[in-house]
Amino acid sequence: MTGAQALMHSMVLEGVDTIFGYPGGAIMPVFDALYDFDKHINHILTRHEQGATHAAQGYARVSGKVGVCLVTSGPAATNVITGIGDALMDSTPLVVITGQVGAALLGTDAFQEIDVVGITQPITKWAYQIRRAEDIAWAVARAFYIARSGRPGPVVLDFAKNAQFQEIEFEYKPCTFIRSYLPIPEVNPDQIEAAAELINLAKRPFALIGQGVVLANAEKELKDFLEKANIPAAWTLLGASAMASDFPLNKGFLGMHGNVGPNMKTNECDVLIAIGMRFDDRVTGDLKTYAKQAKIIHLDIDISEINKNVKADAPVLGSAKETIPAITQKLNEATHAEWIASFDEYDKLEFEKVIQREVHPVSGEITMGEVIRKVSEATLNNAVIVTDVGQNQMMAARYSNYSQTRSLITSGGLGTMGFGIPAAIGAKMGAPERTVCMFCGDGGFQMTIQELGTIMQEQIGVKMIILNNHFLGMVRQWQEMFFEERYSFTKMQNPDFVAIAKAYKIDGTEVHVREELDAAIADMLKDDKPYLLVVNVEMKGMVYPMIPTGASVSNILLGD
Amino acid sequence: MENTLYTITVFSENTVGLLGQITIIFTRRGLNIETLSVSPSAIKGIHKFTITLFTTEDMVIKTVQQIDKRIDILKAYYNTDEGLVSQEIALYKVATDKLLELGSIETLIRHHHIHILEMNENFVVFEKTGHYDETQQLFEELRDSVGVLQFIRSGRVAITRSKVERLSDMLDSIQEKFEKNNGYLNIQ
Repeated sequence: MTGAQALMHSMVLEGVDTIFGYPGGAIMPVFDALYDFDKHINHILTRHEQGATHAAQGYARVSGKVGVCLVTSGPAATNVITGIGDALMDSTPLVVITGQVGAALLGTDAFQEIDVVGITQPITKWAYQIRRAEDIAWAVARAFYIARSGRPGPVVLDFAKNAQFQEIEFEYKPCTFIRSYLPIPEVNPDQIEAAAELINLAKRPFALIGQGVVLANAEKELKDFLEKANIPAAWTLLGASAMASDFPLNKGFLGMHGNVGPNMKTNECDVLIAIGMRFDDRVTGDLKTYAKQAKIIHLDIDISEINKNVKADAPVLGSAKETIPAITQKLNEATHAEWIASFDEYDKLEFEKVIQREVHPVSGEITMGEVIRKVSEATLNNAVIVTDVGQNQMMAARYSNYSQTRSLITSGGLGTMGFGIPAAIGAKMGAPERTVCMFCGDGGFQMTIQELGTIMQEQIGVKMIILNNHFLGMVRQWQEMFFEERYSFTKMQNPDFVAIAKAYKIDGTEVHVREELDAAIADMLKDDKPYLLVVNVEMKGMVYPMIPTGASVSNILLGD
Repeated sequence: MENTLYTITVFSENTVGLLGQITIIFTRRGLNIETLSVSPSAIKGIHKFTITLFTTEDMVIKTVQQIDKRIDILKAYYNTDEGLVSQEIALYKVATDKLLELGSIETLIRHHHIHILEMNENFVVFEKTGHYDETQQLFEELRDSVGVLQFIRSGRVAITRSKVERLSDMLDSIQEKFEKNNGYLNIQ
């Protein structure tokens, strides 16, 4: 068979059933082979290669499977960079296959040749150029193993055209071992012992939950752990939905726009238990004043995260699936009733100062928070929430309620505007039985608006909600707060979004006043077809609470 | 924090592009590599990098962890000078006539333990091994007395003083685990 066919067979053997891609010159033999694999592999033609990567991310994040992209060389390869970088920052398993000019032309500035391996090495777990068809099975097996094992991440295979044509004998062996790569550190009983001892001595323990729990499928183990010693817990942006919103020990969202309680309690607890999170600056604020009073326990699969931002008194290496239950086993039961109750006053304060106004307004213009909460309630908190980046993202994270895991798909580390639409496409492909609601601003929607074509062609039933404030809202918020209301290039004149959707044969409606909102949401959710809901919200809405960049988590602002 | 000279040792598979993967980690953090030396190690198929740089301990730890994280890196670690036996080599090209004008060069040769690699009517090539200070001292002496036509100094090569032979022990333990698990290691 040809190298291109070998690639198809290899992917089927890796369990690939969905690919997001875009054909072009240097990948044509592969697309030709794909033509005969339509029974095994569903290929989604996006409208831009960046869209293919975000769709693959959405697919991977919601399903736990490896997302796969297939694109050509040159400009296609540079167009996938944003998604690859995003996947590295957010530990998302991706295999991105780029076409490449024939090996004989490498390094000659041939048409649509670019140094893909050179460009992607710093933003991938592994990048490899396949120059000979003999290497295909080995490279594909290795790529999938690396992408999905340990701390997941993106892998790039740059596939030279000569190798796509070349005839070979095909033999496939899955990769299970690379001697220079140990994806999951072995659990060290001494570390487990030390962590359990600290927790057992704690009077005010507090757990921070990151995406590591989700990636390890350790949600159940986490719940058992927290319940055994009654440890209050809060989540990072990517740890959202690892605990259900109504779980009594779930005390909310951490970080810059997180809840007041979890941020304040970070500086009041005596033992801080970080699980599968990386102390991002958006979580910690000023490191010099971060949890200085607490002993720090840090559970992570990636040794390079230990002591990177916050020094750990008790590091625990390993997969959360193994380390959490190992610690639970050694925990004494405890109640910590007074400590847990002490979160309430902050919750009350935040409700009065922020939430009341944002989620339950009685007059004035529509607020972002009330739209989010209404959509969440209308979907019985069962939807997959996908967001773009900015105010829409923070509002969606704050005011959605989650009943099951893998329910918030958002670009956390890289903060990629334009992530929303394509990621929602991928999320719906990865979880077709679930309702997928995508919240977006008017800015981000226009960054990948062409993917409406993908939604039209594939009839992907994503529910898109634009929170339209005619501003690049988060930047505007910062300009208001930190740049003396000098609104430099953040005001936007927008098109008629519903008319654009209509041109793509997507139903939609636009809402201007509160009284129309419930009916519009009901109309959006009446069936499983794609839908665009444009909600004109207050122009100068603010996301509060807010910890300004570089401030301490204790200095959280609540607005007026 | 005070900057100290650290020596980072890296063992890697011999794959294309490895050097780039390592150097980009330094570039991203604005770290300047002082010396770099790469060669096949004692174990077939495994290459050894010796990299020196001035930085803080906190930074060298994080840099080493990022290097170690790369898929094709077998092991990376760092040492200060106390933990190492290290050496550099330097070559000096000087004009023969200028050298002869000095009269006797016996003292110079004996004092610096110089090897003479080549000598002809035009030039002489000296070789000296030693630490940076030593090769530098000879360079300065020659420069001031007879002038140096060309000078080159190698990167540092180093061997650890520690009793533990980290790479071979690690390879053995990996292989053992791999076999114990019937060829399956840490599969999710």
